[in-house]
Amino acid sequence: MGTNVRVLAAMSGGVDSAVAAARAADAGHDVTGVHLALSRNPQSYRSGARGCCTLEDARDARRAADVIGIPFYVWDMAEQFHTSVVDDFLDEYAAGRTPNPCLRCNERIKFAAVLDKAVALGFDAVCTGHYAILRDGALYRAVDDGKDQSYVLGVLTAEQLAHAMFPLGDTRKADVRAEASRRGLAVADKPDSHDICFIPSGDTAGWLVDRLGCAPGDVVDESGAVVGGHDGAYAFTVGQRRGLGLTRPAPDGRPRYVLAVRPVERTVTVGPREALRVDRIVGVRPRWAGRPPVDAVRCRAQLRAHGEVHRAVAELDGDELTVSLDAPVEGVAPGQAVVLYADDERVIGSATIDRTYRAAGMSV
Amino acid sequence: MAYLDHAATTPMLPAAIAATTAELGRVGNPSSLHTPGRAARRVVEESREALAEGVGARPGEVVFTSGGTEADNLAVKGLYWSRVAADGRRRRVLVGAGEHHAVLDAAAWLSREQGAQVEPLPLDAVGRVRLDALAESLARDPGDVALVSVLWANNEVGTIQPVAEIVELAHAYGIPVHSDAVQAAGQLDVRFATSGLDALTLTGHKIGGPVGAGALVLRRDADVTPVLHGGGQERDVRSGTLDAAAYAGFAAALTEVVAGRADEAVRLAGLRDELVRRVLDAVPDAELNGDPDPAGRLPGNAHFSFPGCEGDSLLLLLDARDVFCSTGSACSAGVAEPSHVLLAMGASEERARGSLRFSLGHTSTEADVDALAEAIGPAVERASRAGVAAHRVS
Ligand SMILES: Cc1ncc(COP(=O)(O)O)c(C=O)c1O
Repeated sequence: MGTNVRVLAAMSGGVDSAVAAARAADAGHDVTGVHLALSRNPQSYRSGARGCCTLEDARDARRAADVIGIPFYVWDMAEQFHTSVVDDFLDEYAAGRTPNPCLRCNERIKFAAVLDKAVALGFDAVCTGHYAILRDGALYRAVDDGKDQSYVLGVLTAEQLAHAMFPLGDTRKADVRAEASRRGLAVADKPDSHDICFIPSGDTAGWLVDRLGCAPGDVVDESGAVVGGHDGAYAFTVGQRRGLGLTRPAPDGRPRYVLAVRPVERTVTVGPREALRVDRIVGVRPRWAGRPPVDAVRCRAQLRAHGEVHRAVAELDGDELTVSLDAPVEGVAPGQAVVLYADDERVIGSATIDRTYRAAGMSV
Repeated sequence: MAYLDHAATTPMLPAAIAATTAELGRVGNPSSLHTPGRAARRVVEESREALAEGVGARPGEVVFTSGGTEADNLAVKGLYWSRVAADGRRRRVLVGAGEHHAVLDAAAWLSREQGAQVEPLPLDAVGRVRLDALAESLARDPGDVALVSVLWANNEVGTIQPVAEIVELAHAYGIPVHSDAVQAAGQLDVRFATSGLDALTLTGHKIGGPVGAGALVLRRDADVTPVLHGGGQERDVRSGTLDAAAYAGFAAALTEVVAGRADEAVRLAGLRDELVRRVLDAVPDAELNGDPDPAGRLPGNAHFSFPGCEGDSLLLLLDARDVFCSTGSACSAGVAEPSHVLLAMGASEERARGSLRFSLGHTSTEADVDALAEAIGPAVERASRAGVAAHRVS
């Protein structure tokens, strides 16, 4: 993109999006800051919680925009956010999957509802404080490994990426903070938000129980024998080891892990660690950062945010993406995204993990 | 630039700036007994007299406050408390459904915390309180009504309320009436004594005075329990050090406004009619909210709904073209809530969200109308595309 591009900078009230907006303005673009009000109850800051959608954050974003010297508005995206992210999050858990709401928010809010509105209003691009590099329309990992957010952007299509701007990918977080402080942005030392913004307490399990209700059932082992009970299968994640509350120890005395979560049958299946090993993953709803691959592609697959990468071969068959891992991997949770990288650098595309197959060939 | 948001705040008049700045450099607490104190007191009392003169009241009836919000709170809570103290049955508070939040939220607080029963008085389609509904509500049990509060003119859609009729209905039962004339005072013939009201709210910054100076004009025989306790500076009804500089500017503004008000109202109404005509020319499906009869609304007020558009998109686009207006009542988070006034007038939430207020004042000229007329068409076209985009959620 050349200069004098009209940029809409999404400003959460945090340090990253503030510096991103400032850099876009420095680059000579015509930048307008927008804070997305995502909470139906923006008063939530009164509880002392820190989310991405509190009144305090809106105020911080406004102050940052003042300092940068750009117009600033608040857009009410609460309804869309609720339907597309929060309800989806609940539905996914209710179906026994483990969703990633940040990824969903990028896919459906920031680079969909917000981008569409921005484009209609005459903007050319949406700028965010995500750590990732966009070069010639392709998406790459950020230089700061610890901060890299290409995974949660892996759902974006080439069309969405064509209207995106990520000015922070070439910089380390510590330098972004220093730059914020140099620029006189008061958010320079504001703590990072790690939690899910709509669960400010950080207690996801409790939040789910409040909304999905108590659905007690059995914890069973692979033979189907009942080894414990639970208050709601949806509160478990494949690969989880702690908090299983098992009443009967395993015969061999070894720790057991969640192998499968079936909220409809209200069962949680546990078993030994090796039973978590999978080497084939089938994903649905593929998204491509460039052209969809025609043949099987050799790539690296990342299976959760900040997770390890695994050598793999991916092949598209209709709307299903099969990812065959060179070596088995433990604890792959359906609902998470599998993001494919070329040379562990450039994002090829992604899919939502639908099911996995054990190293032996059995579906988990 | 075209500043079309005078109802939010209007530039200070040169006379008001002069009066305020003249006092800012002086020392003296108006409540002090020494010479500088007396000098400051004199400024306060002269300001009080000028305000009283401007609003057709007696000086002793002017209670200075920090602005319209405080005056509204004092009227609603203060009248409620004293009326309940005199007779515990009086728990009904009748307020227009389209009141400013300073009245509505004060009443809501009384209902939540103090056992009041708040009855919103329904509005007709142009935003006027329905007198039949008020009459019916009063007649149901006049003995349990604490007070009636109705705007003189609505701050969003500009509709002028039938204050005289409301006073007559309520006074037939001896029920006190308060009116918020914050928007009306600069443009209409607001006279306290002739209105028959028991309490009237004014604020400086909507008439060319400074922010932070207001008044509750209060009949001497009206019993009002204070909201703020302290030195009792204002008739023991309101405490706080008197702000001579601010009141001087407030009084100077009102004096000047009242002197030219009749002519200015004609000038503004002419500009406003032109604005309405040209907006409707540019955007034929725009809908004028409020009273279509120019005599029924504030001369400086125009308020439209733009079907298919979000008000905040329009505001952003107009702002970028240096045309400044308002989407109605902004809430603290900066998120535009659909206006309670439009909803009370029977508008759909969508229509309420797609509306803008353009308000004219003493600095407004034909050029402002030209700028809006030029910008509004393209803005509406873009905003309606964005409106569609926003609803296409995956
Ligand atoms: C009708 C009305 N009442 C009260 C107020 C509040 O007045 P102030 O800003 O002086 O507190 C306003 C201003 O927004 C208003 O329009």
